[in-house]
Amino acid sequence: MPLTPVITEHWDDPELFTISGYRRHGGYRALESALTRDPDALISLVKDSGLRGRGGAGFPTGLKWSFVPQNDGKPHYLVVNADESEPGACKDIPIMLANPHALVEGVIITSYAIRAKHAFIYIRGEVPEAIRRVANAVREAREAGYLGTDIRGTGFDLDVVVHAGAGAYICGEETALLDSLEGFRGQPRLKPPFPAVAGLYASPTVINNVETICNIPYIVDRGVDWFRQFGTEKSPGFKVFAVSGHVNRPGIYEAPLGITMRELLDYAGGMRDGHQVKFWLPGGSSVPMLTADHLDIPMTYEDMAAAGTMLGTGTPMIFDETVSVVKAVTRWLEFYKHESCGKCTPCREGTYWITGTLEKFEHGHGTEQEVETLVELCGQIMGRSFCALGDAAATPYPAALKYFRDEFVAATTTSADDQFDPVASYVFAGAVAR
Amino acid sequence: MAISESTREQLQQLAARYPRPRSGLMPMLHLVQSLEGEVTPEGITACADAAGVSAAEATAVASFYTMYKRRQVGQHHIGVCVNTMCGLLGGDAVYEALSERLGVGHDAPTDDGQFWLERIECQAACTHAPVMTVDWEYMDDVTPAAAVEIVDRLERGETVLSTRGPAIRDFRATEQTLAYPEDGLAAEGTPVDDKMLVGLRIAKEGGMAAPGVPAPSAPTGQEG
Repeated sequence: MPLTPVITEHWDDPELFTISGYRRHGGYRALESALTRDPDALISLVKDSGLRGRGGAGFPTGLKWSFVPQNDGKPHYLVVNADESEPGACKDIPIMLANPHALVEGVIITSYAIRAKHAFIYIRGEVPEAIRRVANAVREAREAGYLGTDIRGTGFDLDVVVHAGAGAYICGEETALLDSLEGFRGQPRLKPPFPAVAGLYASPTVINNVETICNIPYIVDRGVDWFRQFGTEKSPGFKVFAVSGHVNRPGIYEAPLGITMRELLDYAGGMRDGHQVKFWLPGGSSVPMLTADHLDIPMTYEDMAAAGTMLGTGTPMIFDETVSVVKAVTRWLEFYKHESCGKCTPCREGTYWITGTLEKFEHGHGTEQEVETLVELCGQIMGRSFCALGDAAATPYPAALKYFRDEFVAATTTSADDQFDPVASYVFAGAVAR
Repeated sequence: MAISESTREQLQQLAARYPRPRSGLMPMLHLVQSLEGEVTPEGITACADAAGVSAAEATAVASFYTMYKRRQVGQHHIGVCVNTMCGLLGGDAVYEALSERLGVGHDAPTDDGQFWLERIECQAACTHAPVMTVDWEYMDDVTPAAAVEIVDRLERGETVLSTRGPAIRDFRATEQTLAYPEDGLAAEGTPVDDKMLVGLRIAKEGGMAAPGVPAPSAPTGQEG
């Protein structure tokens, strides 16, 4: 399957981040067109396109927009989730660095469609470069008359605020993000009510991922039929894949949904010389891992689900045979433990216990019984917390155990570093041409 | 340090950016941290006043987010990603080298107040592993030796360029950017690097393009 640069098509133009550079490549043409259309028609258009959320869950975007009650007299809000913090996810930040106006144009069109006069772009605080690039684009759009009052004489008003986070993975969870944006600790809310009905300040709110929003101008400009040329019936469109790990050419590859990991791996120059795939994750640490036996499964929402995993953020991490799966999983759990907001007991206490047990394994301690007990413990967390962080924390270990039970059992007597020399996994050991 | 009247005015302006003043609390905390190098009790109280909440509520927020520090960070914040991808691809060794060079462990300042070292979580740059940050600007694809050299050069007061961003300033300047994102530096450096362009280049070399989009002509950007 060929690569299909759309969102990334003009990234090699160093001026793309400016409004003049973006316009040179057709930028803001979609907005001009959108502002002449009925907002409900835009919602229908996005519904018909079949676009699904690119933040991980894959919820149909147009459907989400349509849940916003209209003529309800309440203010509506658009919130862009730019809190990309999932281990392995590294595609929204590059989009914001390279093509921030696609995001801003998408924000304006989306706000017009859902009748929002305020939009917020919540960007994680640890990446100031993304924050300044997007803020610059917002300023340029305002100066060009695409933001403010009575935009292009349509009577539509929109103000966009770029909001910096302060280091909390949990704020990527949409309701925690809303609490954070309201000036509270970022802790998830119980759903329902869903944000489309009671979101920011208890008003109807759409929360979309950066890449999702960046699809909007292209769909508006080129149409549903064009968009549906890419991908499958259930997973239409293209995807900004970020391939990382022990490959020869890690980086950004944009392709239709349905491309296989084997094809992406080929584009990425294959595994570093002399090494093989040991395990890989299609989209972030929260999705179950796969092995070399799964390289030919199409990267779609439905095919990944059928394989027992999820497309997630569509940012595959690939590890070779030098890596200790015990160590990899332990590190992810240390992350979830650190990032658990503490609101729900199963997640708060569970991540503590899983991590403690895994750290014993990593250092060559524990018992075979504990290898089994840990599965049960993960089962006690799954589905028992407000948000998906608890589920995410309960995912890596059972998934890894499915394919690498022997390694966990061995770890109860032999430490991860004794099983696998950590230096062999380093990319600067000299074995890799970069 | 006492909070000045002009700072209080700035805090009010940050509150006014939002439909409700409390939403401004996070940029406010970034602002006071940019002025004081940490979030002090005085800073929290000033933010609480502007946000219209109690100091206890503002403290609860400040203590929740890891970027707000309750001790002097010093001139430069040094972060090393030790999550699975970066850590196992060499970030662990980078962290060890920096810890030895600086003589400090995780989340702590050096005695001279020049550096703060921190094991950080995934920085959304796994394609560039192992990743280090200086004042939260990217220093991609580092090795232990390169990381130590970066610290050496910072210590000597030399100019150090972020691999995908502007020249390194200092911790307080970055915190200022987080409160006021329009810092005038958006055009600095090379935020779009080879790894972000690798797929596009392969597509162009192979004559691949999205259907319905005109076939690509020769690259317009500079080859790297």
